[in-house]
Amino acid sequence: MVVWTEFERATIQDIFSKMNYDVVGPQALARCLIVYPWTQRYFGNFGNLYNAAAIMGNPMVAAHGKVVLHGLDRAVKNMDNIKATYAELSVLHSEKLHVDPDNFRLLADCLTVVVAGQLGSSFTPEVQAAFQKFIAVVISALGRQYH
Amino acid sequence: MSLTAKDKAFVKAFWGKISSKADAIGQESLARMLVVYPQTKIYFPDWTDYSLGSPQVKKHGKTVMTAITDAVGKMDDLIGGMSALSDIHATKFRIDPVNFKILSHNILVTLAVNFPADFTAEVHVAVDKFLAALSAALADKYR
Repeated sequence: MVVWTEFERATIQDIFSKMNYDVVGPQALARCLIVYPWTQRYFGNFGNLYNAAAIMGNPMVAAHGKVVLHGLDRAVKNMDNIKATYAELSVLHSEKLHVDPDNFRLLADCLTVVVAGQLGSSFTPEVQAAFQKFIAVVISALGRQYH
Repeated sequence: MSLTAKDKAFVKAFWGKISSKADAIGQESLARMLVVYPQTKIYFPDWTDYSLGSPQVKKHGKTVMTAITDAVGKMDDLIGGMSALSDIHATKFRIDPVNFKILSHNILVTLAVNFPADFTAEVHVAVDKFLAALSAALADKYR
């Protein structure tokens, strides 16, 4: 059972209520494909991923970045039941998409960097801790149905 | 994942931009690490204050960042360049190398917070690779 402090709950709701999902999602995914290029293995049909500029401008990457971030929204809205909320998505990532669950951490690190860049100094160490705890719970839930 | 000429160029150029704030970056990176990964406090058992404003965090952040900046000039031979520091980390401090990765992550976050426009994805991958190579060099003498 994940226990959230009042500060953590408020921080997560605050960050995501102010976030532009359609900007942050594409940026986080593009950054992941650039910083950890082996993650491109899951996007063979996305066309031109040859260099950073191509990835940043790729419309399929952008579209998928939005999908991923809107998927994260489910956890934001169900913080007390993230495990159950992601059961189906976990099966999907394991059985159909065959994503190495370590890659969730790589995308999460890129998301953290993008959010840090957006929030600047208001992304204090305490806010960072709450954000990373939330992301860690999501990652754990997404990896749960792998066998 | 060795450093290419392009990586080294990106790291050097970016470090040129941030060097005037290096001490503060070291301080903030360390403070973030101590808050977000509280288990890292075990390496500083006699400190009295682990917060961003702590004089101990400030001093040590500066020490670490000065060494990292120095390593930017040694990218052509990090293992050789870090040899002495690797010795003391191995025999005296005995810091588990997993923590190098943790501090590296917090350095990246600090850079993103303070230089959002300059810390592009291309700079990010180059700096990440540099910090990984530096961490490996620092762990080189461990066993």
